[in-house]
Amino acid sequence: MTELSQIRNFSIVAHIDHGKSTLADRLIQSTGTVQDREMKEQLLDSMDIERERGITIKAQTVRIDYRAADGQDYVLNLIDTPGHVDFAYEVSRSMKAVEGSLLVVDASQGVEAQTLANVYQAIEADHEIVPVLNKIDLPAAEPERVKEQIEDVIGIDASDAVEISAKTGLGIGDVLEAIVTRLPAPKGNADAPLKAMLVDSWYDAYLGVVVLVRVMDGVLKKSDRIRMMQTGAVYPVDRVGVFKPGMLPVDRLGPGELGFLTASIKQVRDTRVGDTITHEKKGAETPLPGFQPAQPVVFCGLFPVDSAEFEDLRDAIEKLALNDASFSYEMETSAALGFGFRCGFLGLLHLEVIRDRLEREYGIDLITTAPSVIYHVYKTDGTMIEMHNPADMPEAVHVDRIEEPRIKATILVPDDYLGDVLKLCQDRRGIQLDLTYAGSRAMVVYDLPLNEVVFDFYDRLKSVTKGYASFDYQMIGYAQDQLVKMQILVNDEPVDALSVMVHRARAEARGRVMCAKLKELIPQHMFKIPIQAAIGGRIIARETISALRKDVTAKCYGGDVTRKKKLLEKQKAGKKKMRQFGRVEIPQSAFINALKMDE
Amino acid sequence: MAEDLQAAGFGLYVHWPFCQAKCPYCDFNSHVSATVDQSRWQAALLRNLEVEAARIGPRRLDTIFFGGGTPSLMDPALVGAVIDAATSHFAPAEDIEITLEANPTSVEAGRFRGYAAAGVNRISMGVQALNDADLKALGRLHSAAEARAAFDIARGLFDRVSFDLIYARQNQTRDAWRTELGEALTMAVDHLSLYQLTIEDGTRFGDLHARGRLRGLPPDTLSADMYHDTQDICAAAGLPAYEVSNHARPGAESRHNLIYWRYGDYLGIGPGAHGRLSAGGTRRAEAALRAPGAWLDAVESTGRAVADEMELSPEDCADEYLMMAMRLREGVELDRLDALRGAPLDDRVLRDLEEMGFIGRSNARLWATDTGRPVLNAILRELMLDRVA
Repeated sequence: MTELSQIRNFSIVAHIDHGKSTLADRLIQSTGTVQDREMKEQLLDSMDIERERGITIKAQTVRIDYRAADGQDYVLNLIDTPGHVDFAYEVSRSMKAVEGSLLVVDASQGVEAQTLANVYQAIEADHEIVPVLNKIDLPAAEPERVKEQIEDVIGIDASDAVEISAKTGLGIGDVLEAIVTRLPAPKGNADAPLKAMLVDSWYDAYLGVVVLVRVMDGVLKKSDRIRMMQTGAVYPVDRVGVFKPGMLPVDRLGPGELGFLTASIKQVRDTRVGDTITHEKKGAETPLPGFQPAQPVVFCGLFPVDSAEFEDLRDAIEKLALNDASFSYEMETSAALGFGFRCGFLGLLHLEVIRDRLEREYGIDLITTAPSVIYHVYKTDGTMIEMHNPADMPEAVHVDRIEEPRIKATILVPDDYLGDVLKLCQDRRGIQLDLTYAGSRAMVVYDLPLNEVVFDFYDRLKSVTKGYASFDYQMIGYAQDQLVKMQILVNDEPVDALSVMVHRARAEARGRVMCAKLKELIPQHMFKIPIQAAIGGRIIARETISALRKDVTAKCYGGDVTRKKKLLEKQKAGKKKMRQFGRVEIPQSAFINALKMDE
Repeated sequence: MAEDLQAAGFGLYVHWPFCQAKCPYCDFNSHVSATVDQSRWQAALLRNLEVEAARIGPRRLDTIFFGGGTPSLMDPALVGAVIDAATSHFAPAEDIEITLEANPTSVEAGRFRGYAAAGVNRISMGVQALNDADLKALGRLHSAAEARAAFDIARGLFDRVSFDLIYARQNQTRDAWRTELGEALTMAVDHLSLYQLTIEDGTRFGDLHARGRLRGLPPDTLSADMYHDTQDICAAAGLPAYEVSNHARPGAESRHNLIYWRYGDYLGIGPGAHGRLSAGGTRRAEAALRAPGAWLDAVESTGRAVADEMELSPEDCADEYLMMAMRLREGVELDRLDALRGAPLDDRVLRDLEEMGFIGRSNARLWATDTGRPVLNAILRELMLDRVA
């Protein structure tokens, strides 16, 4: 156990290429936390998908022992937090687990959007923030300009920003000193009942479920019997420890400390991010504030392209779900797509991550149907159904009214892009709640229907603001609106997987876009294919894919046989990646791409 | 294999890999070389032919085809030597067809008499276009007038003369092509190969196209219209299509090419030449080394220059036969196809294609209709065997 005064807990906020990983590596290395020979680049990166997308999905932490200039020994806990609005809640818990942040900005590039989005979360969590200018050794570095920018755009004092080069190691000592001298020590009471926040958890093949905790009050020891205050489950603690960055068992974790516990917890599903861990006996009476149960808000169907792979998909989904409490699933059958699963996600990125992992790690080609939110459909008989699949929509005559979930969206954006943001929100049926300025950036608050946001709102927002906007949202409840089910008919056959719920006033525009997209996405066939959008029996938009008129090899002689046959075989194999609807073959990518609205 | 694989005839293909210039659309195995040692090539071609002939054993030889590259750059003596060797290794059919591809320049026309004396009885000329601007755009070295003059010389020397035209060219209108094709048909030609311009990877046009720099290519709807015009105009002139891109007066079809399309046997001699040879109920696919230097070295030291050689499964043969024979107006023989596939074609798929007007069938044959031939690849994708990836 470490004295509170000797602990500093912090996160690093940075844009993707601005050197967060390199700085973390240098801090770990220069303090001898890891021997040079064990040093691998980017110790904190894990999953492929995280690396590729430049996002962190799981929180990770490392404990650094440091003897400061004042001659005293300190324990520095670095936490690497998730960084996407889908995981906003997870991020907020990680941020609550530490007291300060290093804001790393590339001195040659300046402040970028991702930096903004994350730094506001740090501000929200009351962090002390130390600006760090990286890549100061580059000829293009402009530290003074970037400092001004930090002050203008973010609104924090950058006059004593630490200037470093994580690559060469220049200034690393100054960063360590700044952490000790400028970040506050954590508060807490070792004698109070145990209150530890469950920051994150994951499955380890050898240890079972590993829980990342931040002790707020009290002391957590091996062999303690602990209680999860939200789930009520009780576990005996097998081990407690810290990450250096490998797992190192310790006797106990006291207030202000970050570490892990294992407790024979079988599934990650049994842990809840943000839950309060206390002792079974003489435990805390009230949990830590801010807990929210994981709530899937976006639903879609996942179907194997090859229906013979359904059982493989079931196995894969079950395995993934064990490790992800925020992901829900149930079996679904579709007339057109056969057997599959209706799955719930925290957001669209979460959906894409799960889908990518199913395809990559389990080798299953998937068809993803239109994402949907949960609608409250009130029927004329007085009952209400929670509907997240347009296929379940009752006949119009039985529907009294439909309510949809709405969110309060907070968007921070440099005022150059404000007009585009307002237009985007307006186009998505938003109601403006607030608009304020802080320096040259605006904060807009909108009441928006979630169904207008789940699909591509975040992508559109990034696109219209060149990445300079940050976005956060919370659910605010349900409201009635004029919602209808729009069907897509391909060659006169309805394709369930493309049905979406839309606002009546937006249906026609949406239908036109979808039909036009499908016209591009579905290859020409030997016959012409009408594509129609319909509400009930009424056609509201139509496109036609003309029949293939020319597809023949002009020259084919004795020397061409092998090559041309291989080409045809390859094309024929490509057809198998498509799903057959009546006589029409639809490529798997069409299902999700048809929904993208390039406004 | 139940069917007699040798029934569709036997031809010899001789590849001459050199050209004076590389055409921007051409993806054939051709090389521009300042000097070619014709006597060294003659020795190598003859050696290769001798070794392969000994390996194959006795066959009746129906056709010989000199292709390239530009075979009209070969010395007539070389051509004569290859013909003499081929007809001594293999017993020639009484009506053996011996074709040579020629560029219609005046220099090459000067060699025509020599080719005729050497035994060539059919000339296939790469005219490609009948106006000078388009010939230049296609990278051709001859003028339209030169081509016509060369044609007239050939006409006087050979029993049968064919020429190639390329259409659906950059910025070509439907009317311009109809006029040009009409002019071609006024020439005393008995066979025409009419190819739509195809942009192939690895060619100059292919590179330009990939960079978005090849302008004026016709959209598929226009090239489809041009294709149909071509069928109508040629049929009215008495040269109906007997294959996707080939038209002939009845009886004037290229017998050598019919061997390919009817999936007969052929031996390939020269760099990059392919062969299909059957013996003892199995069929082999062969391909020679493509690089002229490597081919020459290999043949000089071992007599052969094999790059690839494999036995084809009956299923492979079935798909190859289908792919080639469906190009012909006469189509495939169903008994032969079924014997190779081991099962008949899916009747549901056939009915569907037939209802849409793309194929016709009788008890004995299956063929692509005039509507089906321009979308033959789509038909083939439906009919070819499913394979495990």
